[in-house]
Amino acid sequence: MKTIKNIGLAIFLIGLAIFTVLPVVGTYKLNAETFSEFAASKGIKSQLFVSEIESKVVGNSFDGMLDFAPMVVDALESANTTHRKNKEYKKIIYTGPHDMAAELGKKSGIGFLVENKGLMWFLTFGLGIIGALLFILPNVILLGQKGIKNDGIYHQSSTNQGWIAWMVFIFLVSFYLVLYFRSEYAVNWTYLVDRISEGLSGNPAGHWFVYGFMYCTVMTVMAVRMYIKYRHNIYQVFRTTSVLFFQIVFAFLIPEIMVRLQMPYYDFKNAFPLDYDFFFQWNLKSLLASGGIGMFILFWGVLLTLVIVPVMVYFFGKRWYCSWVCGCGGLAETLGDPYRQHSSKSLFSWQVERWLVHGVLVFAVVMTGMTLFSFFTETGTVLGVKTSSVQNTYSLLIGAVFAGVIGTGFYPIFGNRVWCRFGCPLAAYLGFVQRFKSRFRITTNGGQCISCGNCSTYCEMGIDVRAYAQKGENIVRSSCVGCGVCSAVCPRGVLKLENGPEKGRINPTQVLLGNDVDLMELMNDN
Amino acid sequence: MARHVRKLSNHKITLISAETDYFFSRTALMYVYMGHMKFEHTQPYENWFWKKNRIDLVNGFVSKVKTSDKKILLANGSEIAYDKLVIATGSKPNKFGWPGQDLEGVQGLYSKQDLDNLEKIAPDKETCKRAVIIGGGLIGIEMAEMLRSRQIPVTFLVREKSFWNGVLPEGESALVNEHILEHHIDLRLHTNLVEILSDENGRACAVTTDKGDTIECNVVGLTAGVTPNIDFLKSSGIELGRGVKVNRLLETSAKDVYAIGDCAEQHEAIGNRRPIEAVWYTGRMMGEALAQTLCDNPTEYNPGHWFNSAKFLDMEYQTYGWVLSEQNKKDYEQHFHWRHEKEKICITIAYNKESKLFLGINTFGIRMRHEIFDRWLTEQRNVDHVMEHLKDANFDPEFYTQYENEIVTAYNKALGANIAPKKKSWKRIFSKVN
Repeated sequence: MKTIKNIGLAIFLIGLAIFTVLPVVGTYKLNAETFSEFAASKGIKSQLFVSEIESKVVGNSFDGMLDFAPMVVDALESANTTHRKNKEYKKIIYTGPHDMAAELGKKSGIGFLVENKGLMWFLTFGLGIIGALLFILPNVILLGQKGIKNDGIYHQSSTNQGWIAWMVFIFLVSFYLVLYFRSEYAVNWTYLVDRISEGLSGNPAGHWFVYGFMYCTVMTVMAVRMYIKYRHNIYQVFRTTSVLFFQIVFAFLIPEIMVRLQMPYYDFKNAFPLDYDFFFQWNLKSLLASGGIGMFILFWGVLLTLVIVPVMVYFFGKRWYCSWVCGCGGLAETLGDPYRQHSSKSLFSWQVERWLVHGVLVFAVVMTGMTLFSFFTETGTVLGVKTSSVQNTYSLLIGAVFAGVIGTGFYPIFGNRVWCRFGCPLAAYLGFVQRFKSRFRITTNGGQCISCGNCSTYCEMGIDVRAYAQKGENIVRSSCVGCGVCSAVCPRGVLKLENGPEKGRINPTQVLLGNDVDLMELMNDN
Repeated sequence: MARHVRKLSNHKITLISAETDYFFSRTALMYVYMGHMKFEHTQPYENWFWKKNRIDLVNGFVSKVKTSDKKILLANGSEIAYDKLVIATGSKPNKFGWPGQDLEGVQGLYSKQDLDNLEKIAPDKETCKRAVIIGGGLIGIEMAEMLRSRQIPVTFLVREKSFWNGVLPEGESALVNEHILEHHIDLRLHTNLVEILSDENGRACAVTTDKGDTIECNVVGLTAGVTPNIDFLKSSGIELGRGVKVNRLLETSAKDVYAIGDCAEQHEAIGNRRPIEAVWYTGRMMGEALAQTLCDNPTEYNPGHWFNSAKFLDMEYQTYGWVLSEQNKKDYEQHFHWRHEKEKICITIAYNKESKLFLGINTFGIRMRHEIFDRWLTEQRNVDHVMEHLKDANFDPEFYTQYENEIVTAYNKALGANIAPKKKSWKRIFSKVN
């Protein structure tokens, strides 16, 4: 069994290594015809840029994106600089230089990679999946009797913030940096999944399709791990199945298929303000231009945020969204599960958390207010502040850096819910509902707590569960996403997630059940 | 207790311990060795907590208590004066005079030092080729679980004919025996330690048993119960038994000296409880009560209905009320036992044969709601009532398979009863919450 695991690990690492070198290998050659078609379809009016590309790029063969990209980026930047200087605003190209490099790169790839997409898929994704499964599946036997299997978590450098964790950290951060800021280096990855993309939406894959496909793949494989690890805990099994379903069907398949059907790309479960650009002008315009379905999406998006989400939180707690439906939560609960113990439980972190997460919520609401004001009044500024620069700041700082680079990249170091805990505006909103008007609580079972701290250690949201449990208090916290792991790891059966009457939900107790009754009344009256 | 005194008053509080600088939860030491947690996770309060709450911490070992001039003497020679002294020194592992019990490589599992030492002598299966554990109680099985988490072969010597059968009824004890074997622990029931043998360096290298076996090993775990840790009080004049003798107000024989927790011994046992209760929550309850007394609200230690819990490897165990083992069972006590066909799940309900009064319940693999059983015991419900409302008491996580219907069917069959279990009712569960 150990051997199978090691073979699996080796295969996985080979797949990962090939995937990792792809951004810098390959050959790119842009032919004249493709380029003129491209320039026409993009409506590029900058003759400067076109001639620069035609002279320096078209017809030449480049070894790898490292050679190719700077040509395009420089050409675009210098063209734009000149146009700005000459006040030829109509000629300025608003596509970002790196996006331009990605788009042109996509059309220029030649050679082995492009001719063997299926094989390359197998050598990257295929080997990764097979290797990971070979590594994971033997645990059915190796883990022995079903039950909580956290042995050795703090002895392994992958899960105790050791060197493997730091390697994973570097890999994830780099991956997200490429995705958000240097998408031209993801071009070779897009070839791997072109066929899948064409099968779904009819279009070749872009880097966000790579991300979506990879997201689903990683979640599926790591869900297998969850099923094995928590096979004694049916709550975890159901929950994992639910997040997996919503990710694959709602976040990945339905939007792609909608594109094929000439409908707007929309994830029906992604609620504003997590879906922060829902009210952005371009989105509203596209929805309004899409007829019936566009109107429905608009209606649904508003209904989801204002009615469905809070009402469901009232009945079930925010877990129904955060750890049963949400994609961010889905990744955190599968890929992130090995790192859940790293969320800081200190009071300081809690203070930072409250300022930050509510700050982001305020930011999102203010930005959206400005956006809508600008949309209806058709002005670009609100009180002298440019709406678009606020939107761009949010997209960059919150949408890309916080949610992506930090949110997922920091899994191995700061735990798997960094984004959900410190940054997600939707979580902050749901938190208010959960804290003040909900039937959900984690019930503490009388006086059974032995203060061991497993619950706090494994709480991914950094809640000091033990602090409540050892006092016999129920846990009613706005940040709790209801993953149920505190209850699972408790050795004494102390914690239970449940929805019940609001009365008695919050039960401050000074003296534990089991101690003298008069004393309890005396203390609890105080 | 310090926390409660601080809540109730502004008294100056000093905590003295030679074990660690800051308070930690002893119960979690096993998880540190097993790699579930780091030591800092066992500390329920962050380090700044003590200063903020004006609780002074002294790392020192008390060598003497002078009740006459209200002073304690530390091993480093310094003296600390007190107005009120609370002795909460806990226990130490039992040693019954076995030859070789003080050899290197022989240890109990109680303190942080024990944990550190175990980490040293049993870091992995290469260094520790086999460990022998003496004494079949809760600490013994925990220690076995710890060592197994590092694949160290374990031999487990248990004096009794079946694991913990002085406490557990037969069926449950048998279930634990089976589960121990499933974890590849070499369980030897009805076997006593005779001698621990030493190698040329004064390290334990083998044990001999009363069955005539010699078992080679590198580590010997002594887990045959605990004794109050009160040697330093021998010359203090405070009345001692096995522990520090206390009354219900937790006062010792010396004025302004109190004792709580594992080291306190009640003059007379409370109900079915033992005079010395080495249980996590009772220590806490004594602390809560004594804090009141120290803050001028004299309050007796008055534990309610017995409850407890434990985990045997992968099996959770809970108990509410009294379910006594065959050895200790009273004449009127009768048991209803149900065990799942395949899973490691069972329950035992004790009741009065004549009156059908519900006495207590043990569950394995099913979590139960403490409040409900506490209430049923207070209300002196009969066993039929418990069966009928068993669903109210279920505390398993959501979506778990529930076995109440099966259990009640088995109960009806065994007792010729005709009870239909009622659906879970929040109204009933919350009926006492104000």
